[in-house]
Amino acid sequence: MGQALAFYTLAAFILGFGVLVVTARSTVHSIVFLVADFLFIAGLYVLMGAPFLAAIQVVVYAGGIVVLYLFVVMLVNLKRPPEAHQDRRRRGRLGMVVALVVLVELAAIAAYKYVSPAAGLPPVTPMGPDNVAQVGMILYTDYLIPFELASILLLVAMVGAIILARRDL
Amino acid sequence: MTPITPAHYMVLSAALFIIGVIGVMTRRNIIVILMSIELMLNAVNINLVAFSQLWQNAVGQVFVVFVVCVAAAEAAVGLGIILAFYRNKETVNIDEMSLMRW
Amino acid sequence: MIDLVVIPLIKIVIVLTGVLVTVMYLVLLERKVQAWVQVRLGPMRVGPHGVLQPIADVLKLFVKEDITPVRADKWVFTLAPIIVLVPAIIAFAVIPFGDTVSIFGKPVPLRVADLNIGLLYIVAVASIGIYGIILGGWSSNSKYPLLGALRSSAQLISYEVAVTLTFVSVVLASGSLSMVDIVTAQKANGVWFAFVQPVSLFIYAVGALAETNRSPFDLPEAEQELVAGFHTEYSGMRFALFFLAEYANMIVVSAIATTLFFGGWLRPFPNVEFLRVLDIVPGWAWFVVKTFLVLYVFLWIRATLPRYRYDQLMRLGWKFLIPLAIANIIVTAAVKVVLSY
Repeated sequence: MGQALAFYTLAAFILGFGVLVVTARSTVHSIVFLVADFLFIAGLYVLMGAPFLAAIQVVVYAGGIVVLYLFVVMLVNLKRPPEAHQDRRRRGRLGMVVALVVLVELAAIAAYKYVSPAAGLPPVTPMGPDNVAQVGMILYTDYLIPFELASILLLVAMVGAIILARRDL
Repeated sequence: MTPITPAHYMVLSAALFIIGVIGVMTRRNIIVILMSIELMLNAVNINLVAFSQLWQNAVGQVFVVFVVCVAAAEAAVGLGIILAFYRNKETVNIDEMSLMRW
Repeated sequence: MIDLVVIPLIKIVIVLTGVLVTVMYLVLLERKVQAWVQVRLGPMRVGPHGVLQPIADVLKLFVKEDITPVRADKWVFTLAPIIVLVPAIIAFAVIPFGDTVSIFGKPVPLRVADLNIGLLYIVAVASIGIYGIILGGWSSNSKYPLLGALRSSAQLISYEVAVTLTFVSVVLASGSLSMVDIVTAQKANGVWFAFVQPVSLFIYAVGALAETNRSPFDLPEAEQELVAGFHTEYSGMRFALFFLAEYANMIVVSAIATTLFFGGWLRPFPNVEFLRVLDIVPGWAWFVVKTFLVLYVFLWIRATLPRYRYDQLMRLGWKFLIPLAIANIIVTAAVKVVLSY
């Protein structure tokens, strides 16, 4: 009961802030809504029994990536909003078409559940208490090679970003 | 109330993904487009964690760690490209980033 | 019902009032300590030896006019101080003030919550506080705040990396992310982590000074530099929130240092039987004393050291502290592996 209430509240906020991100007029407002969105998604992770991921979501996504976006927005501070001269009506129509596709897709998921139900998906249950140890163990034993590759990827991305953002290219 | 099954999480994830897609297709500001891509990645993450919880297997969460990693790398490089472009063309509207179009 | 709602609520109220009162008196303490170091007396008029000065300060900030710049973004302008203050206060949720005491026959652990990812929670909360500074500087729609905000937030995210790496080596030494477990590990070891991990303590000390925008790293908000940095355009109650947040951050950082490196609520030499007599002093009193000693070091450093220039500051963070922190992690891990044979 409490879990359902928490899920519906979090889902409403996540989708609400998602819509606000996409439709906000000012870019900085979009970024603030994105941060709020990520914080609620972190709350959802806690609900799903993944507290380590919730912390990683806040530290890396909300506290790192979006700060990077905010920096770039402030360095790219324009006088006139970039969408001043485009066709407003075209946006509306395209958005309606995509939203219709969504509706059809979600209806298909819902209907599939009744038409040919899966072998009774069990309701979700939380995992063991030491989530961090579990994730850490898997990262360092089964998936050690992707872990090391990810570190190389991050190094390459860091060097690339520094070179790209220099003044004297 | 019905118990919260992974189907609920799939619907939430699909809806968030489509919101991201709408953002990418309708907005013209490239920074907002990149943010919508982040929304899509988060939708995928929600799905992964939901199924990791269903099968009580932490590998789903490990996958999410890697997705976050890749998203960070992509955001850094993407924003670097935007900065470099802005220094040359003074715009962040993707309609005006058409130098290599035919 | 009582266990789930009433007791945590009471604890939250106590922690909140404690923090706010401590912040008020920390402001006075800072002025007094600075004054004494500079061979003068500090605030002396309001109340005996200036003891009622914080009340005068609070009253002044309450009744000051609340100015919003003309073309400032009103919502973000109002939101920024809140975003800075909230993380500083909710970080107190995981700090253990003492062991489990029994009040009216009920065992009550002296902490608001014992998360099993306590240290990660603190890192997460600290990284949210950066937004208030950037948004405050940007929404003021004025160049000095914007520059101050950019500098300050760049400083914060740089030193946050170094501080998080020192947390990793502390977690290696204690084997758990939970703050309570870290104190328990220090008790089991018999020595505080300050002696087991001196390099971590050094990096954490420098990083904490930079994280809270304190001297010698207070270039982004010093009056001689960018007018007043990111909170130039703020006045009255909003400025009070920024001010409160800075001192609350100082207290959080000192409390974390106490828990991680100085044994939390343990008495000195917690395993030595000979000093059992020191047990009359309750755990939370030790915690408060240790935190105040660390805070005093903060104030002492402000009165003593000159300010770092911005490029020197960034170079120190990236080129010295982060490699040192990584080397520290490697050495700690190697020592742990060797010791386990």
